[in-house]
Amino acid sequence: MVKDNMITVDGNTACATIAHKTSEVIAIYPITPSSSMGELADSLSAAGKTNLWGTVPLVAEMQAEGGAAGAVHGALQTGALTTTFTASQGLLLMIPNMYKIAGELTSTVFHVSARSLAAQALSIFGDHSDVTAARATGFAFLASCSVQEAQDFALISQAATLAARVPFVHFFDGFRTSSEVNKIESISDDVIRTMIDDDLVRAHRERGLNPDHPVVRGISQGPDIYFQARETVNPFYLKTPGIVQDAMDQFAKLTGRAYHLFDYVGAPDAERVIILMGSGAEVAHETVDYLVEQGEKVGIIKVRLFRPFSIEHFIAALPETVKVIAALDRTKEPGSAGEPLYQDVLTALAETGRTARVISGRYGLSSKEFTPAMVKGIFDEMQKDAPKNHFTVGIVDDVTNTSIAYDPEFNIEASDVVRALFYGLGSDGTVGANKNSIKIIGEETKLYAQGYFQYDAKKSGGVTISHLRFGPRPIRQTCLVTSASFLGVHQFVFFEKYDILASASKGATLLINSPYPVEDTWDKLPRQAQETIIKKQLKVFVIDAYDVAKNIGLGGRINTIMQTCFFALSGVLPKDEAIVEIKKAIKKSYGKRGENVVLMNFAAVDQALENLHEIEVPAEATSTIEMKPAVTPNAPEFVQEVTAKMIALKGDDLPVSAFPVDGTYPVGTTQYEKRSIALEIPVWEPDVCIQCGKCAMACPHAVIRLKVYDPEILEDAPEGFRSVAARGREFKGKMFTIQVSPEDCTGCGLCVETCPAKDRQDPSRKAINMTPQPPIRERESGFWNFFFNTIPDYNRAELNLKTVKDSQLLRPLFEFSGACGGCGETPYVRLLSQLFGDRAVIANATGCSSIYGGHMPTTPYTTNPEGRGPAWNNSLFEDNAEFGFGFRLTLDKQEQYARELLERFRAKLGNTLVDGLLNAPQIEEADYAAQRERVAQLRIRMAEETSPEALDLLSLADVLVRRSVWILGGDGWSYDIGYGGLDHVLAQGRNVNVLVLDTQVYSNTGGQMSKATPRGAVAKFAAAGRPLPKKDLGMIAMTYGNIYVAQIAMGANDTQTLRAFREAESYEGASLILAYSHCIAHGIPDMKFGFQQQKLAVESGAWTLYRYDPRLLAEGKNPLQLDSKEPRGDIREYMYNEIRFRTLLQSHPDRAEELLHLARQDAKARWNQYKQMAEMDYSWAAE
Amino acid sequence: MVNLATTYLGISLRSPIVPSASPLTRDLDTILKMEDAGAGAVVLHSLFEEQIEREAHLLDEVIEDTKYRYAESVDFFPPLEEFRRDEEHYLELIREAKEALAIPVIASMNGFSAGSWTRYAKLFEEAGADAVELNIYYIPTNPAITGQLVEDLYVDILSAVKSQISIPVTVKLSPYFSAMANMAKRLEAAGADGLALFNRFYQPDIDVKALETRRRLALSTSEEIRLPLRWIALLYGRVNTSLALTTGVHTVEDVIKGVMAGADAVHVCSVLLKEGIGKIRELSSELAIWMEAKHYSRLDQMQGILSHKNTPNPEAFERANYVKLIGL
Repeated sequence: MVKDNMITVDGNTACATIAHKTSEVIAIYPITPSSSMGELADSLSAAGKTNLWGTVPLVAEMQAEGGAAGAVHGALQTGALTTTFTASQGLLLMIPNMYKIAGELTSTVFHVSARSLAAQALSIFGDHSDVTAARATGFAFLASCSVQEAQDFALISQAATLAARVPFVHFFDGFRTSSEVNKIESISDDVIRTMIDDDLVRAHRERGLNPDHPVVRGISQGPDIYFQARETVNPFYLKTPGIVQDAMDQFAKLTGRAYHLFDYVGAPDAERVIILMGSGAEVAHETVDYLVEQGEKVGIIKVRLFRPFSIEHFIAALPETVKVIAALDRTKEPGSAGEPLYQDVLTALAETGRTARVISGRYGLSSKEFTPAMVKGIFDEMQKDAPKNHFTVGIVDDVTNTSIAYDPEFNIEASDVVRALFYGLGSDGTVGANKNSIKIIGEETKLYAQGYFQYDAKKSGGVTISHLRFGPRPIRQTCLVTSASFLGVHQFVFFEKYDILASASKGATLLINSPYPVEDTWDKLPRQAQETIIKKQLKVFVIDAYDVAKNIGLGGRINTIMQTCFFALSGVLPKDEAIVEIKKAIKKSYGKRGENVVLMNFAAVDQALENLHEIEVPAEATSTIEMKPAVTPNAPEFVQEVTAKMIALKGDDLPVSAFPVDGTYPVGTTQYEKRSIALEIPVWEPDVCIQCGKCAMACPHAVIRLKVYDPEILEDAPEGFRSVAARGREFKGKMFTIQVSPEDCTGCGLCVETCPAKDRQDPSRKAINMTPQPPIRERESGFWNFFFNTIPDYNRAELNLKTVKDSQLLRPLFEFSGACGGCGETPYVRLLSQLFGDRAVIANATGCSSIYGGHMPTTPYTTNPEGRGPAWNNSLFEDNAEFGFGFRLTLDKQEQYARELLERFRAKLGNTLVDGLLNAPQIEEADYAAQRERVAQLRIRMAEETSPEALDLLSLADVLVRRSVWILGGDGWSYDIGYGGLDHVLAQGRNVNVLVLDTQVYSNTGGQMSKATPRGAVAKFAAAGRPLPKKDLGMIAMTYGNIYVAQIAMGANDTQTLRAFREAESYEGASLILAYSHCIAHGIPDMKFGFQQQKLAVESGAWTLYRYDPRLLAEGKNPLQLDSKEPRGDIREYMYNEIRFRTLLQSHPDRAEELLHLARQDAKARWNQYKQMAEMDYSWAAE
Repeated sequence: MVNLATTYLGISLRSPIVPSASPLTRDLDTILKMEDAGAGAVVLHSLFEEQIEREAHLLDEVIEDTKYRYAESVDFFPPLEEFRRDEEHYLELIREAKEALAIPVIASMNGFSAGSWTRYAKLFEEAGADAVELNIYYIPTNPAITGQLVEDLYVDILSAVKSQISIPVTVKLSPYFSAMANMAKRLEAAGADGLALFNRFYQPDIDVKALETRRRLALSTSEEIRLPLRWIALLYGRVNTSLALTTGVHTVEDVIKGVMAGADAVHVCSVLLKEGIGKIRELSSELAIWMEAKHYSRLDQMQGILSHKNTPNPEAFERANYVKLIGL
């Protein structure tokens, strides 16, 4: 019998639905993995969905979590039922307000999808570092273990906070619970109604500030009274556990789902008991059930109410028979006597006189897997005479030997549960199709369903792995599928890259999307895959889904086809029933988008079945194809030993000793990971090329390179290597080549669209043209190797860097990043690295640029042949300007000290050298070469010196070559969360260069509105189009008068871009460059048109190009120079090429019209304002 | 007092001047102004076959393609539950126009296949349209496509539409048929209630500097009336469908020419884009004055009098005309 209240949702949805229902005000700020809760709340309110009291909650997106907490505090203090959603650093930023909110005994619930904190590295994944860091705030902490509980506890915590007046953090594990899709029982409005006491709601409102009966709060107190006043809250905390249990009991009466502050599961006479909270408890629960059935005396306690920690309830839940307790913490507190749960358990036992051996363990940091095998391993450890204390499980710690062993083969998956694994590409629709399948099975059958999705670190061509389970009972296996009964491999190339069949169970079904004819497919599999198939007796089915999709008109969308094959083969549902359900789901998903979309997907279902074939598995492996090494053979040892494992999805196997101790990693590692993800790559046509360099300038992944070189070098060139006489007097007698790195290209096509040269006889042929990659991969790789390794870079000192062409003869020191194909940000970052990379220190705000800039396994910042290159670090999201400013302070101090030391050693070093080091200009590339030579001289002359001062000078000598401090980040950082710091840093007058990669939206977290979002654009939190104009950050900066400000758009004017970079960097003060960055979040139908959109943005007045150079003042000139012409054409022509604007025509046509009108006005207003400013007379300034 | 009334597609119109499908007839306020200025009926802007579902397609593709790429950004756009598609917008315009106008409302669809898009004719009917104009525009670029196939396609599309609705259907044709008269008869046999001659297409232009082709919009001139005029004159009395003249009607003289050649209605568009909606009032009043001066009290008294069938010098519409002109 299918219960009619079953829903299939993820944890965030389950929680946020209740939060929206029980709130009046919601103030949030996006942060992974909590963002979708705020987004859901916003879209519910945008759709007019009301709360329990029939009114639509107000949702406000703030500029930071600190701001959200402040707004929450204010809303609470004026009596609204208020909530927020956050995680990780976001929760940390809320801590100051949390103390206030708790100190004022204010009812609220913060819903937290718990996530790691950035320490040696940032991680977006789940653990309890954040919530445990906030445990001293005075908030109560209620932990959910599952999607079901994420919903149930959202309500229980809301009911309890109103009664207790103690504020609550309701948390669940980021990703594992927040993003796991599971079939759960929904809660009816009647239940919510009964749980929430309106008298308490009104009491909360009554406590709000009201000038009709005023009070003061937030006073300051002295030593005489603060202490006593702090103790006044005790009765409330003492009562809270009871109140929570009452709410749980009432909830149980209403729903049948019974919870306790500490839920014990296991043998009544258990001798070994594990204590833990969060999603790991689900796995432990299943394992304990299994072990108890085997006769083991084991159990677990699921900690629900972590704070206030009720010793009484905890002891009551603990079986009398217990001998050994393992307290497991999903966090690490270096230097502590033990992590929080361990300490709580020890305290509870000590205070109550209970005796048992207690050991502490850490598990699951940053969503590290926590499996039944590990649970079993812990129970085994507990049985030892001297079990390890402060152990870790799930990793190999070969440094301090904390890890305990376990048998990874231990498996408790029930045979009646279908376990499916799907390997797809981010863009091929695999995840979407699987979510769809879970919905179908979860909502149309009596089966339970679970889905969990893993994504790649790369934003282009990344792998997605979907883990699905379907079975007759609720699914508690909160861990990845490791013994799949069904495997779908949606991209054939994965066989060469990953050992995907390792996760297949014996006799499993393997579905392959093969680009080869059915009869050839077997031979195209690598030998290792063939061997596994034979050994595990897999049943193999093949379909050419891309061909089917193409024939139907679905382009590259294979999701429906592969989904149909899954249903046809897995037997989860009878085939005919499955087809009916898939079609129903198609109608539901795509119906609103038009009949044609529906019909094409219907055709996909039918065609899938017709084109699906089983292949006969031979008795022996015959393939001569071997799996590809993860990195190239020339990679250094660390890359071979460590990085390669991460690339091959075997990072879990790396022991502690493999890693640097402080998060410091080598640069330039992307070059060894030849991902070969482009279906087509650009190929150069020397006869058409005008050698302008625009293709290299545009290339987001630095795969197109230019070189000018002596003809003799060609003597060793591989056959067919393309070259042509270099144009221009300065390059007379030299040769010129443009070469593409075929295996690093993403195939975005931005270069081809940007290329201005056309064959006069055949205008469809440009100087570079997209060409299918596979047939030319080998040839072009050979060319690239020769080009890259044998042809030297042109001497920097001899280039005219005012020209785009010459700038592109500089070696990029940022290459092959994981940014999206066609990324609009990375061309600027690459240009920066070319111009200043060998002297640059980069502070990078968290966001897209920190992810493609520094996400493991490989990083794109690299070095030149002399070993110099950008030194890079990402501190946080909010503090980046200050972080970079700190670099500058150090460098200024070090330089000053070095200069002082030089004077002290003047006699030894000689006047010429010292004066040169102190006073020589450092502006052009030749100057830097000369200064480096002087530093080398200094080192030689000081080599024998051993005095402390001499050693200091030697250790500081490098800083005498002018350093280039760059502060990079997006608009979310610069316009919103980091604005205060940015403003302060810019105002200090020190020499920092700020590059804002303005995508006009929070790109990395998935398209939330920022203050850079233009009027009329649809974004998350602006579903009806942003009604207000974009903040003019440049104008604000210009008001200081001493800040260099430039607004640029490479796609509109690359020369202006180049000029702005060089001017900004040469300015001995603060500089701000605002760079228009087209983005996947704009919804450009093809990213290859990114630069065309930039051009339209400038031509239509949506984005004005200018440079404001304070140096001009001294010459009596107006510092502001406009670099774009008066807008012509309608801004509509620009806007409606992008889905972010265009969707509004669909959803709110009248409003679209109105906002279009206002956007036109904005463009005119901006232009006129700039124009007037640029025309002002500054001759007085020269006086 | 002269009477400008005419019958087109079996529907009585107070005047033969009918604004044709154009961006002008996209907006209800403008359509109301047309009625106010004396238009006999109005043909709403065309719903294009490509347009139907194309927008949804585009949104669908971009939104789906940007999903599930990275753990932090599993999607980029807020849920778009309210897909207000062009075809729905169009149906709403029909309903609003019917509600607001007293003159007949002709819905227009523009396409090139007998596919599923023809079902919109039914929806037009349900929304209250008085008639449907079927604007068929097909460029047979494939050398394997014969003239016969092209003609069959037109007939198939018409048949598909006719089979679904009972309101009148008129077919707006291009002049590019090798046997226009036969084509007209075939369409008549397939159930056409009217023929509108001829459609005028945006022709691409070439930018010699950028080495690109460009789309360019150019309005018609009075000169262009002669081709449709000829074929109205030739078909008048030879087909039993209504006839509408379209392209090149800029002056009252053009209107009169059309009627005298045999048109039941004359479409205006470029002249309205150039001179404004008030031009309809000007043309109507000039037509009435002219008729009064020439002692016509009803339109049918002058309709078709200079058609091929009735004109005193029919050779002017025939090939002989050509010989004369080039002086052979």
